[in-house]
Amino acid sequence: MIKRVLFRNRLLPYLLILPEVLIVFVFFYWPSAKALFWSFTLEPPFGGVARWVGLDNFRELFSSPEYYESAGITLIFAFWTTAISMGLALLLAIFVDRVIRGLVVYRTVLMWPYAVAAPAAAVAFQFIFQPGVGFFAFLNDIWPGIWDPNIVGADAMLMVIIAASWKSITYNFIFFLAGLQTIPRTFVEAAALDGAGPIRRFITIVFPLLSPTFFFLLVINVTDSFTEGFGIINVMTQGGPGGATNILVYKIYQDGFIGLDLSGSSAQSVVLMGLVIVLTFIQFKWIERRIHYAE
Amino acid sequence: MERKTLAAAAAIGILAAGLAMPAEAKTRIDLWYGLKGYLGKQVMKVCERFNAAQDEYEIVCTGKGNYDQALQAGIAAYRAKKHPHILQGVETATGTLMLSGAIYPAYQLMADAGYDVDWSDYIGSIMSYYASSDGKLYSFPFNSSTPVMYYNIDMYEKAGIAGPAETWEQFEENLRTLKASGAACPIAFSTYLWVHLEQFSYMHGEPISTRNNGFDGLDAELVFNKTSYVKHVERLKRWYDEKLGSYAKELFGVGTRESFATGKCGHYFGSIASHGTVLKSAKMNWDVAPLPHNEGVTPNNTVVGGASFWILKGFDEAEYKGVAAFFDFIRSVESQEFWSTVTGYVPTTRSGYDALVAKGFYKQKEYAGREVAIESLARTPPTPLSRGLRLGYFRQIKKIIGDELEQMLAGKKTAQEALDNAVKRGNEQLRRFEKQYEGQSLP
Repeated sequence: MIKRVLFRNRLLPYLLILPEVLIVFVFFYWPSAKALFWSFTLEPPFGGVARWVGLDNFRELFSSPEYYESAGITLIFAFWTTAISMGLALLLAIFVDRVIRGLVVYRTVLMWPYAVAAPAAAVAFQFIFQPGVGFFAFLNDIWPGIWDPNIVGADAMLMVIIAASWKSITYNFIFFLAGLQTIPRTFVEAAALDGAGPIRRFITIVFPLLSPTFFFLLVINVTDSFTEGFGIINVMTQGGPGGATNILVYKIYQDGFIGLDLSGSSAQSVVLMGLVIVLTFIQFKWIERRIHYAE
Repeated sequence: MERKTLAAAAAIGILAAGLAMPAEAKTRIDLWYGLKGYLGKQVMKVCERFNAAQDEYEIVCTGKGNYDQALQAGIAAYRAKKHPHILQGVETATGTLMLSGAIYPAYQLMADAGYDVDWSDYIGSIMSYYASSDGKLYSFPFNSSTPVMYYNIDMYEKAGIAGPAETWEQFEENLRTLKASGAACPIAFSTYLWVHLEQFSYMHGEPISTRNNGFDGLDAELVFNKTSYVKHVERLKRWYDEKLGSYAKELFGVGTRESFATGKCGHYFGSIASHGTVLKSAKMNWDVAPLPHNEGVTPNNTVVGGASFWILKGFDEAEYKGVAAFFDFIRSVESQEFWSTVTGYVPTTRSGYDALVAKGFYKQKEYAGREVAIESLARTPPTPLSRGLRLGYFRQIKKIIGDELEQMLAGKKTAQEALDNAVKRGNEQLRRFEKQYEGQSLP
């Protein structure tokens, strides 16, 4: 059933969406257009005449092995962050969905981390993972030198993946829980009466009914992990050690704002934007087909 | 009716605003700086002192975070035409700022404002960093420092080490002796390029890049993979492998300075500007000494680091007169004395330094040791290879070298491989910079 509301005044609907359109234009389309323009020029940091260089910026980008390395790192980061945060969120949501007493308490407590800003969370995790005095120092007491995110790239990567996943588990949890609660109890109960165990019930009934939520979260998480890793990485590793956590979005910041190479960084933004669009497109094209929307 | 009331209210408002203004308004000068914490507060004090010393101008100083953030803020403001008169710029941004087209050169400002400045009063190795190739000052050196070696006397005594090492070879032996004497952390170190690449190369008279470290042209190419810096980097790797100290990144909570000042580690290399900070927290006996050099080498001077004040274009003559008055004030003996005393930065003028010496400043217990910095800056007159560095995108190049060196420490590359790749990637940055400013040359 679709509700239709008709406006009598033809102008009014446009006026109503105007503020939103303006905001999107000022904060999204305009900077994007500017980045697109800059990516074909050499823009001096203090302004002045930008030189048109055609595709030079892109050519330099694609001939740099470090850029591919950074792209690879981004994929690893995106994959694990999405997998861990969605997996754990789903598990937690299933548990909470079965809780009978104290549901409100669990739900509230599990939502809290979402309110913590990424840099603040990063500072806390930085302390936890510090090899000398942090929580992880005990590992080094048992096996000296086993944990050193200062130098060992894999350790640093693990650290930022954990921090970034922790941050988005709660967001996913809220959606999964809401999704689970819309599944009619009668379906699950009927299956239970037919002798299906909890795992079987989850695979054949719950998960298919949850798939629209799952798909939505997948798109959001993948997109987010490409762009939102910044806050965590800026505080915890600044792309190090030795570039091991230099994901694309951090490299854009590093080259553009610290290095003042506005055009090189714009070219990278354009590529990243393209990459996210392609990934989202793939998800809609291949995964959405398998989604079963109720109603 | 309503409109009339509004108009009346507006008129009253304007009138009130007019009355609130003093009869003779002071000319406002804006300054943005990039120092935080204790040092930031001392910058504010310099500004207050200027405001108290005269009543024609009012300088309004604003902290914009760290050096990078201050430069970002300055650039964004300049593009929006809302920039301050004076912007503090870190030394590595000197090339970028000189070519920015946004700068009113310091020597010209003073000439236009009618000041007859004795430029030779500025200490040579400080002046040369911020001057054009024909010796004209482009920005005013403000917070200037140079690195020294901080060492823990108590640990030395326990290990039976007579005094700080003069050579890197001896220094490495000392680290091993300290370790053998039971010291858990003989040194807190990092790949700190300002010390281990830049000052190391200046002291040994070796080039970091061709074209006299970039002073002679934008077509300079990095060459530090062919100098004794390679051996020095291997030395750092040995310290790491033999666990002669703790590798401490500022980023990871406890930096090298804190590791030293808490008495945990026996050495660290850092700016003389931290002398006051270490003094405040250190409970052990400690002192500073000049940076070591390789055996069989007579070292050159070290070079200044820190930041300088740049004058931005786009204001009228009356305001620039105020800017000039401020610079005339900070180069005064009295202001130089104040700044060096409260911070640990070296005086930038000879007269300022002489005044401190005459007062017996460097003999006072809490300031003793600070003369090491001036002595190392003035050890020899600057040669073309110990004048400083003028390379475009040097901030990025440093990041690249740092990344490569970390990969070496992690055992993924040898020192030579890491430096070769750093030179290759760094040269790409230099070529980009050259292309950006094609047809222009450094002043």
